[in-house]
Amino acid sequence: MKIEKLIHMANQIAGFFATQPISEEDKAVQIANHLSDFWDPRMRRALHDYLAQGGAGLDPLVCTAMAQLRRPASGSEDRAPDGC
Amino acid sequence: MKDLIIPWSDDRDLGTPARDGMPVTLTIDGQEITVPGGTSVMRAAALAGLSIPKLCATDSVEAFGSCRLCVVEIEGQRGTPASCTTPVAEGMHVRTQTPKIQKLRRGVMELYISDHPLDCLTCAANGACELQDMAGAVGLRDVRYTAGQNHFAPRQNGEANPAYIPQDDSNPYFTYDPAKCIVCSRCVRACEEVQGTFALTIEGSGFNSRVSAGTPEQDFLASDCVSCGACVAACPTATLQEKSVIEMGTPQRSVITTCAYCGVGCSFKAELNGDQLVRMTPYKNGKANRGHSCVKGRFAYGYAEHSDRILNPMIRDKISEPWREVSWDEALTFAAKRMRGIQETFGQKSIGVITSSRCTNEETYLVQKLARAVFGNNNTDTCARVCHSPTGYGLGQTFGTSAGTQDFDSVEHTDIAIIIGANPTDGHPVFASRLKKRLRAGAKLIVIDPRRTDIVRSAHIEAAHHLALRPGTNVAVVTAMAHVIVTEGLADETFIKDRCDWEEYTEYAEFAADPRHSPETTEKLTGVPANDLRAAARLFATGGNGAIYYGLGVTEHSQGSTTVIGIANLAMMTGNIGRPGVGVNPLRGQNNVQGSCDMGSFPHELPGYRHVKNADVRATFESAWGVPIDPEPGLRIPNMLDAAVDGSFKGLYCQGEDILQSDPDTKHVAAGLAAMECVIVHDLFLNETANYAHVFLPGSSFLEKDGTFTNAERRLNRVRKVMAPKNGYADWEVTQLLANAMGANWCYTQPAQIMEEIASTTPSFAGVTYAVLEEKGSVQWPCNADHPDGTPLMHVDGFVRGKGRFIHTEYIATDEKTGPRFPLLLTTGRILSQYNVGAQTRRTANTVWHDEDVLEIHPHDAEVRGIKEGDFVRLASRSGETALRATLTDRVSTGIVYTTFHHPDTQANVITTDYSDWATNCPEYKVTAVQVSLSNGPTEWQENYAAQAARSRRITPAAE
Repeated sequence: MKIEKLIHMANQIAGFFATQPISEEDKAVQIANHLSDFWDPRMRRALHDYLAQGGAGLDPLVCTAMAQLRRPASGSEDRAPDGC
Repeated sequence: MKDLIIPWSDDRDLGTPARDGMPVTLTIDGQEITVPGGTSVMRAAALAGLSIPKLCATDSVEAFGSCRLCVVEIEGQRGTPASCTTPVAEGMHVRTQTPKIQKLRRGVMELYISDHPLDCLTCAANGACELQDMAGAVGLRDVRYTAGQNHFAPRQNGEANPAYIPQDDSNPYFTYDPAKCIVCSRCVRACEEVQGTFALTIEGSGFNSRVSAGTPEQDFLASDCVSCGACVAACPTATLQEKSVIEMGTPQRSVITTCAYCGVGCSFKAELNGDQLVRMTPYKNGKANRGHSCVKGRFAYGYAEHSDRILNPMIRDKISEPWREVSWDEALTFAAKRMRGIQETFGQKSIGVITSSRCTNEETYLVQKLARAVFGNNNTDTCARVCHSPTGYGLGQTFGTSAGTQDFDSVEHTDIAIIIGANPTDGHPVFASRLKKRLRAGAKLIVIDPRRTDIVRSAHIEAAHHLALRPGTNVAVVTAMAHVIVTEGLADETFIKDRCDWEEYTEYAEFAADPRHSPETTEKLTGVPANDLRAAARLFATGGNGAIYYGLGVTEHSQGSTTVIGIANLAMMTGNIGRPGVGVNPLRGQNNVQGSCDMGSFPHELPGYRHVKNADVRATFESAWGVPIDPEPGLRIPNMLDAAVDGSFKGLYCQGEDILQSDPDTKHVAAGLAAMECVIVHDLFLNETANYAHVFLPGSSFLEKDGTFTNAERRLNRVRKVMAPKNGYADWEVTQLLANAMGANWCYTQPAQIMEEIASTTPSFAGVTYAVLEEKGSVQWPCNADHPDGTPLMHVDGFVRGKGRFIHTEYIATDEKTGPRFPLLLTTGRILSQYNVGAQTRRTANTVWHDEDVLEIHPHDAEVRGIKEGDFVRLASRSGETALRATLTDRVSTGIVYTTFHHPDTQANVITTDYSDWATNCPEYKVTAVQVSLSNGPTEWQENYAAQAARSRRITPAAE
C-alpha cells in the first residue's frame, strides 16, 4: 500500500477525533477502533510497519492509537481457501 | 387491457383526485355510497362502480369543468351540474343517466366530433382513445354538422387550411398532433400540477384555442418541456402519443415493475405486446411516485435493445488481445480457474467483488456471499462507497441506523425544506415534482449549493434562501446554522431532553455557540453572507415541519461524514425527527444503492449493517452458509485499487458497475485494473472497466429478471420479469454459475428463495417475502414481527440506537486547495437526461438533450482566460487533464467551474483526485483545484484513451 496515502487517511481520522470533547486517551481508543473496524489488515500492517520505522508525518494521536492495536498477522491471508 | 391481477392493482381513472374529509353518504343512481368529504360526485360514482362520461377530467389533476360531458342531475338542485366540480353532500341524490342528460351529452359529443378527424381505424390511439370511448358511451350515432371551418384538414377547398398545424415530432419519444386536440387542457394541467414545469399553455381563445409549448415559434424540443410524459399520460386522444405506440400498436398486457434509474424507485407498468415492450407508464399506485415519472424511466429504456449490448460470454488471456466469444461453460471455467489460481499464489485475500447498485437485492446479496462464503474474505464493496457511504457512517453514529427517516409522501406535510448538495430536478426528478407541488402550496425552501440549481428558482417556485457556499465548506455552514439555533434560543429542548443524550447536547451547544462558528466568522471561508445564513437558520428552526434532503454534494467530501452528522444534529436540535413532514432524507443516486448497502455489500458489514467483528452475527451466517467468516474487514474499492498497484490484490468480479469511468482519479483506477490478473466484468455493455477485463459475462436488464429494489425511502419494490433474458441468464443465475464453478454448491432456482435466506438471517427483513410484496405492493424496512406492515417513518418513539447522539462537527479544510497553478474549484454533478456514467442513457435518444459534457464557467473567469461560449477548453488538475466545451453561465460563482461525468470521451474523473472522506474513503469528487485554458481539441490523454478503448473492444467471434 502506498504509505503516503495511508498516512494521509490516518491523519484525517485523527483530525476528526481530535476535535471531539473526550480525553486524549479516549481519542486514541476511538481512532484505534475506527482503524480496526474499517481498515483491511494489510493496511493496518503497513501502518504498523511504517510506525516501527519511526512514523514520520503521522499525527501523534495515530501513533498512540496504533500502539493499542495488534499488528495483524500476515499468515491469515496466505492460507488457501478451505474449500466450499 | 389485461393486467396482472393484484389486489392493489386497481388503477382505474376515478376522474378527480382523492380527498380526505369526514365521511359523507349519498345516493347515486339508487346506490348508497360513503366517501370522504370533499370528494367529487364523479369520483364517488366511480368508487360505486358507476362511470360518468368525461373528457377533461382525470384523477391526476384537479377538476376543470370544461367539457360538460359529465353533467348529472341532483335532486333539489337546478340545472345539470358538472359532476367533476360538484363536491358530494350528505344525503345527496344523484342521477347520472336521464333522458335530459343523455341528450345533452350527445350534443356535446356531436360538437367535439364535428372538429375531429374520423380516421379512428388508422389512428395510433385506436382502442385506447377516450374520445372514441365516450362517443360510444353516450350513444353518438349521427353528426349533423357539415364540414366547415376545422383544425384537422390540411387543405380545404383546394387551399391550405390556416387553422391546420402539422404534427410536431421534435421530441424523440412522443408526437404532438394538433389536428386531434380537443383542448381539454389535461396536458397543460398535468405539466403544471403533476410535473410543475409549466411548459405548456393554451394560447388563443374560443375556436382559436390551441395547446402550445411556449412561444408559437418553439416546438416541443425547444421548449421548457422536460419530457416527463405526464402530458402524454393525461391526453385522452392521440394528440400526445408515444412514438413507440405509433410504431408498434397499442399494448395488450402489462406487468408492474420498478424503474432501474435513480433512488426514487418509481413503479411502472411495462406495457407489452407478447414479449415486445411497447411503453413504460408510471403506475399510479406506486407509493414512491404516485403516478408520475421522468424522461429516464418513462422513455429511456431502449438501451436494453441497443446493438452495443453483448449477449455472449467472452474471455482473453491478456487485455492487449481481442475478446474471444466462448460458451458460458468455458468462460466460467476460465474465470474460476484464474481466481482460484490467484488465491493459491497470492493468498485468500487477493481477490474480491464489487456489487452493483443497479442490480436487485437478491443479486447483490449473492455477490457479497460469493466473496464471504466462496472467496473466503470480506473484499466486497459497492458503488455506495463513492456516493453515500458517509450517510451510513453519519446516520449510524447519530441515529443508530443507515437510512433515510421518511417516506416520500412525507414531503406533503413539510413546511420548510432544506436541500443541501442535491439537485433533485435533475437527479431525482419525480421527488422534485412532489416537492415543488408542496412549495407551490406555500412551503418554504432553503437551498445550500455552490451552484444555482433549477430548484432555486423556476416557474412558480423560489427558494427563500440560496446559500451559495464555496465547495468544501459544508461543515462550516451546517455548524454555523447550529450556532444560530443555539445562541438565539431556537432549539427544541423538550424534544432533545426526551429523545437525545442531554449532556452531549449541552456540550454540542457550547461547542456550536463558540464565536468561531458564528456566521459572521465563517462567512470569510464559506462565502455565505452572515445575514442570509442567520435568516435561513431561523426559518428552519421556527418554520414548522422542517425536512432536510441531501445528496452527494454532502457526502463526496473529505468531511462528508462530518456533514451528515451535522445534518443529523440540526434535525435533532430542532425536533424534526419522528413524524410526517420532517426528517433526514438522503437522496440516493442509483436505484438500489440503499438495497446494496442493506445487503451487506460493505467490507466491514454483513447484511443488515452488522459488523463482521461480531461473533454472533458471523455465527448466523456461518450456520446458514456452512463456512467460517473472516472477522476482519476487507478492502474498500479505493483500497482494492491501491492494493492492486501494490501487488496484493489481483482478481476482481465487478457486477454492473463501471469503476473506470465513475471512480475518481481515472489514471489510478486504470493502473489498479491493469495490475490485476483477472478482472471479470459482468455488464450489459463493454463498459470502460471492461477495457481492462479478462472475462466478460453478459448481464440482463431489469426487464429480464425477477427481484426487488430498495429505494431511498427503504421501500422494497418488486422487479418483475417481462421478457426472457436476452443473454440467457438473469444476473443472479450468472453469479450462482460462477460460485459453483469455484466449488460452491448453490442451488437457488428463483430469487424468492434468496429473499427467504435474507429474511431468515437479517432481522430488519425478517417479515419480507414475495408473498407479502404481492399482497401489499411494497414494504419499507424494518419489516418484521414488530413492524409487520413495514416502517414508513423511522425513530417515531425513540432512536434506533436509543438516545440520539450529538457529535461535534469541527470544520477541517480539505487538503485540496487552490493556488497559482490551479486557481479554480471544480465541482461535478449530473443532468436530467443522463444517468450516472451514461452507459444506459447514452444508448437512448436522451442524447438529444445532452450529447457531451460541458464545462460551466462564470463569464468573468471566462473573460480573463479569453474563453467564449462553446470554445474547447483544457481542464487540468494535479491528477490529469481533459478537454471539453465551455458554456458561460452565472449559475456558478466566480472561482467555481462545474461539469457532468456522463461521457467517457470527456472522462471528467481524470481530473478528480484521490482525496476522500475521513471516515469512509468516499472520494472527494466535489472539490478539485483546477485550471481552465483555451485548447484546440482533445488532449493527448483523451486520444490515447480512445485508441486504447477501441483496441480493447475488438471481438473475435466464436468459430462456427
